[in-house]
Amino acid sequence: MPVYKLTINGEQRELSVAADTPVLWVLRDHAHLVGTKYGCGIGQCGACTIHLDGVAMRSCSVPISAVGKQKITTIEGLSANGTHPVQEAWLEHDVAQCGYCQAGQIMNAAALLSDNPNPSDTEISAMMNGNICRCGTYTRIHTAIKTAAEKMS
Amino acid sequence: MKVKTNYNRRAFLKVSTAAGGGMMLGFSWLASCTPADTEIAEVAVQQMPDNWFNINAFLKIGDNGLVTIFSPNPEIGQNVKTAMPMIVAEELDVDWKDVIVEQAGLDTEKYTRQVAGGSQSIRQGWQGLRLAGATARHLLLAAAAQQWEVPVGELTTSGGVIHHAASERTIGYGEIASAAAGLEIPAEVELKSPADFKIIGKPQKNVDGLPIVTGKPLFGLDVQHEGMLIAMIVHPPAFGMKLKSADTATIATMPGIRHVTTINAAPEGIEPQWSDVNAFPELVAIVGDSTWEVMQAKKALQAEWEQVSPPESSEQHEAELTRLLQTAPAEPARKDGNPTKAFAGAAQVIERTYTAPFLAHNTLEPMNFFADVTAEKATLEGPIQTPEFLRKSVAALLGMPEEKISVMMTRQGGGFGRRLYGNFGIEAALISKAVGAPVKLVYTREDDMTQGTYRPDYKVTYRAALDANNQLIGFHVRGTGTNGSPVFADRFPAGAVDNYLAENLDKSSNISTGAWRAPRSNFIAGAEQAFLDEVAEVVGKDPIDFRLELFDKAIAKPVGEKNDYEPARYAGVLKLVREKAAWGTDQPGVFRGVSAYYCHNSYVAQVVDVVLEKGRPKVDKVWCAVDCGIVVNPEGAINQIEGGIIDGIGHAMYSALTFKDGKPVQDNFATYRLIRHREAPREIEVFFVENGIDPTGLGEPSLPPISAALANALAKATGERLYTQPFAQQQSVLG
Ligand code: FES
Ligand code: FES
Repeated sequence: MPVYKLTINGEQRELSVAADTPVLWVLRDHAHLVGTKYGCGIGQCGACTIHLDGVAMRSCSVPISAVGKQKITTIEGLSANGTHPVQEAWLEHDVAQCGYCQAGQIMNAAALLSDNPNPSDTEISAMMNGNICRCGTYTRIHTAIKTAAEKMS
Repeated sequence: MKVKTNYNRRAFLKVSTAAGGGMMLGFSWLASCTPADTEIAEVAVQQMPDNWFNINAFLKIGDNGLVTIFSPNPEIGQNVKTAMPMIVAEELDVDWKDVIVEQAGLDTEKYTRQVAGGSQSIRQGWQGLRLAGATARHLLLAAAAQQWEVPVGELTTSGGVIHHAASERTIGYGEIASAAAGLEIPAEVELKSPADFKIIGKPQKNVDGLPIVTGKPLFGLDVQHEGMLIAMIVHPPAFGMKLKSADTATIATMPGIRHVTTINAAPEGIEPQWSDVNAFPELVAIVGDSTWEVMQAKKALQAEWEQVSPPESSEQHEAELTRLLQTAPAEPARKDGNPTKAFAGAAQVIERTYTAPFLAHNTLEPMNFFADVTAEKATLEGPIQTPEFLRKSVAALLGMPEEKISVMMTRQGGGFGRRLYGNFGIEAALISKAVGAPVKLVYTREDDMTQGTYRPDYKVTYRAALDANNQLIGFHVRGTGTNGSPVFADRFPAGAVDNYLAENLDKSSNISTGAWRAPRSNFIAGAEQAFLDEVAEVVGKDPIDFRLELFDKAIAKPVGEKNDYEPARYAGVLKLVREKAAWGTDQPGVFRGVSAYYCHNSYVAQVVDVVLEKGRPKVDKVWCAVDCGIVVNPEGAINQIEGGIIDGIGHAMYSALTFKDGKPVQDNFATYRLIRHREAPREIEVFFVENGIDPTGLGEPSLPPISAALANALAKATGERLYTQPFAQQQSVLG
């Protein structure tokens, strides 16, 4: 099995896994970082969202062989102690119900805001439309993103 | 108020007094504080106690005054892990910021009803949780009184500190806890008056908030243990089929695969429990080192299946449900007056039929469970709404006494009723036993969606008889569905109409069904409230006035005796939402619908505002009035209500599970439509009736009525009434 040299949350990791293994399962099973969630495995729910060089990606749909030198950031590495403005806004609005989708929502929102620090309602809805929340916290997610945008500006 | 402590007295019995110090760092404790950076830093440096003193099954107190409260019930996102400890903390009279919350494991000796279901955790836990806190407070007071040699009646408490005014002495709970832990529990204790509540009724943040937003391992799927292998199952491709044979040898040599075997969760001679619903007890189990490797073997497996009962399709179901409604004889479930005569003599009869498809639960965290079964004991851990029933089933199947089986509940990535049925936990135990190793069983999304305990498909016909003065003189509801009718014979408008008939017709099926958030109500409320809206329109009355007149009648002169609702409270939520939404003040471009329902002991009324965006209807705002008695945690309560509303709108608009040749046509989110961010209401406003009544259900009641408020608003927006869910498939403009 090939060996991959990865940068995950600023740390160097060498992991030996099959080339077609999705980054999601490398993170969860091999790097033991389980904050990134499995929801569908086919890029439809966004629960597995991570950043590759700062860009939001569905880790279930990216094989480890495609990562190369790109830096991986997961929810565990987004900030120290949950202090990213998006995480703080999430706590302020008590967004979570079951909480399972929220790592993916937060990672997606954080990437959205770094690209577009002042998104309109329509832009937020469009950018977040790929992240399913089965518990229906969308209204809070939307409000929290606006709060985070204010915090960041 | 004095209350006897014999209510579940086992929970308050003395336990060994000292527990080890500094055992767990409570993430939950950190999260119970506001998230400003400085405060987190401040809390993080505060020390954990050296010693904990167990006071009762619900709490222990640290020598520095920190309190750990155990939350007994499964947490599926309904936020009981915050609300239940709040109730204990209230009666204990401590500061909420000094409380650490921990999930309790299954312990039927100590706790009663460790179930997440029927919106009953708070309602049924209320008294016991208050007693747990009050009893502990009493012991602390008694210990202080002994130490100071003063009458206990002279002592007061606040924020975890005992005061003796006369001698100006104070002592913290942490300092007296060790003495208190040795005392006998009293025969009765004083409970606070709700007017004195300091924690209950104040919004508190989710105790798992911080671990959730920082991605800490919380969920069943996150469980990792030494030597643990990953297990997956392969089940028959269609309902009505069973495993005939599987080529286990070929895939056993694939990379990372350790074991391939078959299991049977329903062997002859073992009587299944209600929670063992499972269409596919015989499975192939594949066990290996990593999820991805096991998935590859799962895909490669060659198996033969045999037909054991006829395959069913959605078309057949539609035809059969229609036939049942139109022609099958039914015993009346309730009959008041003479409905036959009322309909025969009616000036006008309105008849409408409503239909809804099967739904999958689709908890975002798929089914999974950890099991480590050895000859001596079984350790189970994972997301389950009914841990007690799971343990019973596993005990029977393993032939192991229940005392040797432990069940720990993780946080659960949604429940919605799916995790009432613990087949996945049973399967994990059987697989662990078969392979002799600890395993975490993981369902793929496809496994999860195609092997469900689905919300059944339903069909109901309503008929209303009007006299020449447009008075409602007769009402007839006749419903059917797979594995049971959705009709509640004693619910509104029973009791408000002189001539009333309710009939139930059952359709059997080999497709497994079960409870899905607000069972039966999730369909029937929408049908009933859409029908009443149409009747109001025909008689030319405002839909709220029309309903209120019926409630007036049920208050003044109720028909029948066992009406399953209080008409005054029902009317109360309608009046509240009417006022808050300023009903009747029409705004251009806003199309409104109203609905109200009673279930799980709570009353909900809703107004939906639909607007047109580029010609397409969109839910803009929802107004929701709720009567659920005392609201323990308004923050969590509002979140639940919002969630139920979005869940209800989403499923009524978009979702369906259909069948072809016994096979679910949808198996993942590419084909099964769930509501998405863009489709959610822009705003939801929630209003509570304040009445001081003991708390009732909250996790489910906001869902059932919303589909009717939506349908009634859509009828205004599009000029067309919708009778079949999902609505978006009926009107292309909605998709
Ligand atoms: S798990 Fe990757 S998008 Fe759903
Ligand atoms: S909070 Fe449960 S899926 Fe989003």
